[in-house]
Amino acid sequence: MNFIFKEERLSMNKDYAEAKARFEAGVMKTLQKNKERKEAFTTGGGIPLERLYGPEVLEGTDFTKEIGFPGEYPFTRGVQSTMYRGRFWTMRQYAGFASAEESNERYRYLLASGTTGLSVAFDLPTQIGYDSDDPMAQGECGKVGVAIDSLQDMEILFNQIPLDKVSTSMTINAPASVLLAMYICVGEKQGVPMDALSGTIQNDILKEYIARGTYIFPPKPSMRLITDIFEFCSQNVPKWNTISISGYHIREAGSTAAQEVAFTLADGIAYVEAARTKGLDPNVFGERLSFFFNAHNDFLEEVAKFRAARRMWAKIMKERFGVTNPKAQMLRFHTQTGGSTLTAQQPENNIVRVTMQALAAVLGGTQSLHTNSMDEALALPSEKSVGIALRTQQIIAHESGVTNTVDPLAGSYAVESLTNEIEEKAFEYIHQIDEMGGMLTAIEKGYVQKHIQDSAYEFQRAVESKDAVVVGVNKFQVEEKNKDMKLLTVDASVGERQIKKLHELKESRDNLAVSNALESIRSAASDDSQNLMPVIIDAVRAYATEGEICGVLRGVFGEYTENIVL
Amino acid sequence: MEGFSVDERKIRVVVAKPGLDGHDRGAKVVARALRDAGMEVIYTGLRQTPDQIVETVMQEDADAVGISILSGAHTFYFTKIIDMLREKNAEDVIVFGGGVIPENDIPGLLEAGAGAIFGPGTPTSACVEWLEEAVAKKRAKE
Amino acid sequence: MESLLEKAFHGDIRSIARIISLIENDNPVKDALLKRIYSMTGNAIVLGITGSPGAGKSTLTDKVIEHFRRKEKKVGVIAVDPSSPFSGGAILADRIRMQRHTGDPGVYIRSMGTRGSLGGLSRGTRESVILLDACGYDVVIIETVGVGQSEVDIIKIADTVCLVLVPGMGDDIQIMKAGIMEIANVFAINKADKPGVDRVAAEVRLMLDLVKDRPWLPPVHLTIAENGTGIEELVGSFLAHADFLKNSAGGAQRERRRLSFEVEDILLQHITRIAEKKWLSYKTDEVMESLLSRKNNPYAVAEDVLRNIIPGTSEN
Repeated sequence: MNFIFKEERLSMNKDYAEAKARFEAGVMKTLQKNKERKEAFTTGGGIPLERLYGPEVLEGTDFTKEIGFPGEYPFTRGVQSTMYRGRFWTMRQYAGFASAEESNERYRYLLASGTTGLSVAFDLPTQIGYDSDDPMAQGECGKVGVAIDSLQDMEILFNQIPLDKVSTSMTINAPASVLLAMYICVGEKQGVPMDALSGTIQNDILKEYIARGTYIFPPKPSMRLITDIFEFCSQNVPKWNTISISGYHIREAGSTAAQEVAFTLADGIAYVEAARTKGLDPNVFGERLSFFFNAHNDFLEEVAKFRAARRMWAKIMKERFGVTNPKAQMLRFHTQTGGSTLTAQQPENNIVRVTMQALAAVLGGTQSLHTNSMDEALALPSEKSVGIALRTQQIIAHESGVTNTVDPLAGSYAVESLTNEIEEKAFEYIHQIDEMGGMLTAIEKGYVQKHIQDSAYEFQRAVESKDAVVVGVNKFQVEEKNKDMKLLTVDASVGERQIKKLHELKESRDNLAVSNALESIRSAASDDSQNLMPVIIDAVRAYATEGEICGVLRGVFGEYTENIVL
Repeated sequence: MEGFSVDERKIRVVVAKPGLDGHDRGAKVVARALRDAGMEVIYTGLRQTPDQIVETVMQEDADAVGISILSGAHTFYFTKIIDMLREKNAEDVIVFGGGVIPENDIPGLLEAGAGAIFGPGTPTSACVEWLEEAVAKKRAKE
Repeated sequence: MESLLEKAFHGDIRSIARIISLIENDNPVKDALLKRIYSMTGNAIVLGITGSPGAGKSTLTDKVIEHFRRKEKKVGVIAVDPSSPFSGGAILADRIRMQRHTGDPGVYIRSMGTRGSLGGLSRGTRESVILLDACGYDVVIIETVGVGQSEVDIIKIADTVCLVLVPGMGDDIQIMKAGIMEIANVFAINKADKPGVDRVAAEVRLMLDLVKDRPWLPPVHLTIAENGTGIEELVGSFLAHADFLKNSAGGAQRERRRLSFEVEDILLQHITRIAEKKWLSYKTDEVMESLLSRKNNPYAVAEDVLRNIIPGTSEN
């Protein structure tokens, strides 16, 4: 019985109506004897969950328009027709710590173990445009990622790693132009031309203002840098994903699933608008936009979320921006399992959490996946635990069977209903943001941040009142005695070594060339019509340090001051 | 009633984010919880130097300062801040904190002078209770 | 107490901070202290900066501080945020925008919660201004939220009140109309690079036009606090107003009013304290029972309490 295709409304089907009434009567009887665990059930994000979803959910659905086929607008079922039957998602573990030498070792270990792409984590000074010898960098060198001060460090980082064979994702935002320039120069030295390089830079400044905090410059010049990169890459580095519009951090800061989608896509809208204003064609640069989402706990909601996001973005690109190129309508994304769900208590439990979250991402059709390690509530992952995290992905890929058919959960009444609801909720938020004048204004007004913080506080209250159970933390606790976990530590010597390296670099390089190059950056920065990438590449090639380049840009652009919303 | 004297002395706490770490979800949740418990919370925002944090504590006559660090630089910042408070004859100020701090590092921080470290998963009520007790003890000595 | 005061006069920040805490907590030594230092006040320029949230007050204050610091003036700032009516606690986040001045020995910033006060400032605000004035601060800035009819405390304490508006407020100006004219001595239309700024400026000027014949006509400044545009001119107006207050009849009248308010406020504080005490001791179970059973009524009870404080009450 094909309820979906026939005109005949399900509600007019007498047999079904009678059977349903009987079922509900039965439920009432059961409830009198055995109450349900709660008064009401909702998803993690607060969407009410029915006891049972039935075929009515799909009634009236125009299948081709709303659910459709994988690889076809609106891409609800995936961005390729064969999905994982053709190729698995990229197994891309975020890594980086201490100095370039140590990180290089970890990358070669991961590649040997079967990761299919690299993902570089930089330390905070590097993310915020400070060299390791800057006073602001004290105590922070190499702690959350690798310290990169100049092209020299970058060369060490990719030592013995062929840039024409490996795709690299770099989690770098405010100074993305500098790190991309370094990557290009490393390729140059390896004899790999720009048009053969493939990878991604995160390059998403809006979420920094909202949730992550590693901003440098104010919004206007930041958008200029971002669109300069779009322009430069579409002409010179065509295989490069120039932005990874991120919802991961927004979710980590406490948002709900619907807010994660809404605010991420709203950021995307702002970027597309900025690029279009600059004269770039969305049909072209749209192909190189990518996204980055969180894979959180509520399994069904998460799968629905990914599907809703794809459908929404396709509609947005087509209807709002007139995009006709299907490749520019599709939302391709990387996923990371939710770091904030990891517990310090009974860390082995985290392996189980990550597995479920990763499975949700796979059933949601992700293009690339990072799985967290069990010890990450305490420190950066050890080699052993990162190995398990990678195996988790490989077991899902090769042993679970879910990768052998495309979008297997489609048609599930619950999943399709949730997909619709998340889309509806998310579009509501986007509409409000539109009314406010767009994402930049919404951020300035604190609208986005306030919603996120309210959700975060509500969640904390739910955990403390035990409304939300966190196994091992507020229920099923044990006396913790895991003091013998071998955690990764990064000591202060990293900073000292980097400072020494910097000193030596500055003595051995051609300082005249560097200062000329920096001056070229300064003058190009003051002129909105000039693309900054070429002059940044020149400076990087001459071994100007990241801090020096960002210092010049700070001088011209100024610094962003935090917008506090509490 | 408007104007009636409020006799209880408020507990004043500075909540600070030292260094470059931008993850402030925890700090903000704690700030709200302390506020809901009746405390006055001076929130410093991101990217504070130890100098700024200590000076803020002094100017605000804070009973306590809560430090949130998720970037692994905790030993550096806690010891710096505690030392600076000592230099200014303000070792009576209660120093506490949380974030991503491995258990092995906690004894060192406590020895250096931190009053308590609240790891991931700690309910905010535990933090509030501990702080109220610690401030009561501190005031008893005055 | 003495030594604390001595240290405060010598610029010891912690002592200043401690005294302000004593003031905020209504410590019994407070009155003696204030009587002692009052004669040393009157030198500071006391500015009030107020406006709705989102207007950019803190950013503006930050730039104003910078301006005065360049002239080597010592600046004290009291930033007031509303306390929660439920818990009594508060999140005080105004100083974030001015944090770069923390570390400058010539700047002192103190955050306060309103602590139940309804006028937009806390009771300790005025007294803290007195202290900072006495300690030699050249400028004391009070920064507070609020601009409606109820938030009028600021005019009783500050000499010069600056109201900060932003484009896009639209109808809010109409709502504020009742309070604006009485409160502000200087207007700053901030975020002046945003659309709608001319409309706001025009509306304000229109309303000012309706209230002619004032000895001081409030100037309207366009500012962009973020990059410092218009700040110098704004401060110029602050100083001009301070001058006006010192040298004109209108200014003297305002100062008299302010001092009168001050006495009234202190009187009210004392009376309230006494009344509270008397009521608490009067309030027995029997009294409450008689009210519950309607044998007695609150008006009679109140009069009775009052009679113990002010003889001759009820003979009005």
